Amino acid sequence: MSLEPQELSELKSKIGRDPTPTELQIVAAEWSEHCSYKSSKRHLKMLPMKGPLVITEKGYDSGVLDVGDGYVVTAHIESHNHPSAVEPYGGAATGVGGVIRDILSAGTRPIAIFDGLRFGDIEKDQQARWLFKNAVTGIADYGNCLGIPTIGGEVEFDQCYENYALVDVAAVGFGKKENLIKNHAKKGDVVVLMGGSTGRDGIGGSQFASDSLESEDRSAVQIPDPFIEKLIIEAILEARNANLIHAMKDLGGGGLSCAISETADALEIGIEMDVDKVLTRESDMHPDEIMVSESQERMLIVTSKTKFKKLQDICKKFRIGCSVIGNVKSDNQMHVKKGKKTFANLPTNVVANATLLDLPSKEPSYLKTIQKEKKLKKISDYSKIMMKLLSSPNIASKIWVYGQYDHEVGIRTVVKPGRDASVLRLDNGKFLSVKIDGNPKQCYINPREGAIGCFEEACRNVVCTGAKPIGMLDHLQFGNPKDPEIFWTFLESLRGLTDFAKDFEIPCVGGKVSLYNETPKGPIKPTPLIGVIGLIDKQPQIPQKISDDDCLIILGETKDELGGSEYYEYIHKFIGGNCPIVDFSESKKNMKSVLEIIPKKLLKSVHDCSKGGLAIAISELSLNNQIGCSVDLDKVPGKKLDVDRILFSESHSRYLLAFDKKNLVKIEKILKKNKTSFSIIGKFGGEKIQFVMGKNSIIDLRVDKAQKTWLNSLRDLVLHG
Amino acid sequence: MKVAVVVFPGSNCDRDMYHVLTDVFNVDAQYFWHEKPLPKNIDAVILPGGFSYGDRLRAGVIAAHSPIIKDVKKIAKKGIPILGVCNGFQILVESGLLPGVLLKNESLNFMCEWTNLIVENNKTPFTNQFKLQQKIPIPIANGEGRYYVDDDTLKQLKKKNQIVFRYDQVVNGSSNRIAGVCNDDGNVVGMMPHPERAVESAINPIDNKPSSLIFESLLSKMGVSN
Repeated sequence: MSLEPQELSELKSKIGRDPTPTELQIVAAEWSEHCSYKSSKRHLKMLPMKGPLVITEKGYDSGVLDVGDGYVVTAHIESHNHPSAVEPYGGAATGVGGVIRDILSAGTRPIAIFDGLRFGDIEKDQQARWLFKNAVTGIADYGNCLGIPTIGGEVEFDQCYENYALVDVAAVGFGKKENLIKNHAKKGDVVVLMGGSTGRDGIGGSQFASDSLESEDRSAVQIPDPFIEKLIIEAILEARNANLIHAMKDLGGGGLSCAISETADALEIGIEMDVDKVLTRESDMHPDEIMVSESQERMLIVTSKTKFKKLQDICKKFRIGCSVIGNVKSDNQMHVKKGKKTFANLPTNVVANATLLDLPSKEPSYLKTIQKEKKLKKISDYSKIMMKLLSSPNIASKIWVYGQYDHEVGIRTVVKPGRDASVLRLDNGKFLSVKIDGNPKQCYINPREGAIGCFEEACRNVVCTGAKPIGMLDHLQFGNPKDPEIFWTFLESLRGLTDFAKDFEIPCVGGKVSLYNETPKGPIKPTPLIGVIGLIDKQPQIPQKISDDDCLIILGETKDELGGSEYYEYIHKFIGGNCPIVDFSESKKNMKSVLEIIPKKLLKSVHDCSKGGLAIAISELSLNNQIGCSVDLDKVPGKKLDVDRILFSESHSRYLLAFDKKNLVKIEKILKKNKTSFSIIGKFGGEKIQFVMGKNSIIDLRVDKAQKTWLNSLRDLVLHG
Repeated sequence: MKVAVVVFPGSNCDRDMYHVLTDVFNVDAQYFWHEKPLPKNIDAVILPGGFSYGDRLRAGVIAAHSPIIKDVKKIAKKGIPILGVCNGFQILVESGLLPGVLLKNESLNFMCEWTNLIVENNKTPFTNQFKLQQKIPIPIANGEGRYYVDDDTLKQLKKKNQIVFRYDQVVNGSSNRIAGVCNDDGNVVGMMPHPERAVESAINPIDNKPSSLIFESLLSKMGVSN
């Protein structure tokens, strides 16, 4: 955990001397993959980051979108994978804390949390179960205490995460445009550290996260304290309202080293600081430890000397630490002292800008064979298969998870978790819909199309609520980038996301790259996670109770695309086949149609087809509404396919519309006008989920029985194994 | 009418409560930081939900020793209406203003879900507009929400009509399915569910009218028509 030999010689030549031990620690933290993005940065530039609603300011850790009427929405995504794999409770909790402070840094109040969780096979692996249970509790205890609702996310289990965990947290903030912190500083301003004290937790955390997980280095994991975080939020928003903050940055990976060097570099200033002024948890901490400690719940604030007094009063009220640790200089140097003795004195642009790498890439050899289809054994009873899928951890209801999260606090949650995407009301009468989606099974088979699929799925989910996608967050999680085959999958995913973002004009407003995600058995599957932020100008699609005789329409074609599906992997234990491919023009057409119909208030419910395909999507509508349905598979649009593919293929761009039959003519008119491929495939009613093909009954399930299985199986698995 | 919304370090439903009081019911509400004295002319006090002091030691126990609680106790004696919601209920119990204790839920998990309450006492300042046995769809969100009293105290509560709300079915294992109680005089009421999350139709998927009656009861008690 230190600099590579060539990095050391580069540092020496840049500063023209040997670095001090403290300087080495600072630079090692800041030049780590985690802080510097040295492997990925030159490629990330391909993503479109500008758009009519995007507001950019220097030094922001979160993306800012203008939602009209003088209001802005901020968004960011982070992960805490390495820490969560060692200590899931603390790792997941501090993951929430970190992303919340990024939202706060822009001067906005955090209003929602989303979490994407991935673990090994919890049916077989007790450790995966333990990791899952504790990560959920960690997120719940932290988010609930803050009073920020956790309103969405996803949970997935796959053998590739054995002995490991991916814990991704996204957060959204809301505020007035005029209250955004416009980061600036001038000579003579003071640099303030506020919040919790600095301890020996999280030492070397960013380097720990930039390496393969070989040892369980618990001291590298940070300790959560949501109570202090809550006090920081309120104190900072009070200080913001009183205009006491010139510039602000949260302390995350790399601790003070990173916060000081990046702030100074972004604002083109110098900072001189004294480690003796930092409030420490222990008295004998060495300057090196103080500089790289990743103790949580700390914020760096630049303000004037006179404003500091008022800031101090606010911190006194909340009884949180607040001390001047340094001064703004004009020399562009990061000068770290202990009393009068200098421990580090480096040009900030050297510290904050690691030399970017240009890593080689090569198409992985496994991809040459994996997309071949395989002849599978014949299924005699599809009802039984359906019950098995409904009880599978990836498809079963996640109520055990989101039921532990306060998803109502803040009184904005209009559409609650458990649907396609949750919806929040905003103060200007508009609504916000956000969803995060990943699909490592498909990304493994086809890194490019899989990543595009995640993006389109997140778009579909917000479109189902009536929202137009206005921004995206990307979180790219891969194995060791020095392996050219892994780096190729990274580049392919990124190129796919870039093409989709450009074509659909959805700017990337924030993101994160997490590399070196390796388990004892090898790298994880490529796991890009995409968050999509959607805006609704008037009324969202709020799910209404579906009743007898309501109609069901499917939009979009079902294709021969079982590759990476739950059906192939969970039922047949087969990894491979045709990965679903998004047809951009079909995708746009279908989105447009759904967004045109929703405001006309013709629909009771809109749901997209994703994991488990058409069969699961229709069942979910039935189970959420406790009503049966009868569906004719012969009517499903697309080329002629066998039953397996019609039922379980995970083709994209498909939406289910449930509505009162009196609205049929109006809906058909819009769909025909837009030349959308659609069909009326069934109706609701009765107590059974029934699928037929011609005259043959394919699936025949009691709703109550299926519902019980779907709702309880994940909880039962966690509690009783 | 002036209503105090008390804010402790870690309160997180204070802003929601304030919004409902001012924007939905046009009440003159005012925040009171826990170190600020309560004025004598206050008409009602609400202790909102959240995690005062991060629920350290036990939910509500540290906040129960806050300076403002001395004033709350004085005001309680005068018969002024006091409502504690969720963490506010826990604080009222910990400060001795209400009987019983609040234990960890039977599931040992934090629970956020919609429940149905049944009104058992419609004589309090927060329930006088309800019919007895009226149902209220309302969400809960707590980790330590299981109300517990021993059998003798339960008998006393029943006898003195101190049980205000019960769940219509077992939710968290609380004694007698109790969700809310009042003091002997009936002016201090504590409840685990969150009425402030249920009074607006935009965020209440079932029916927002019953929960609204909690606030309308207070208005009616004060002789204010909404």
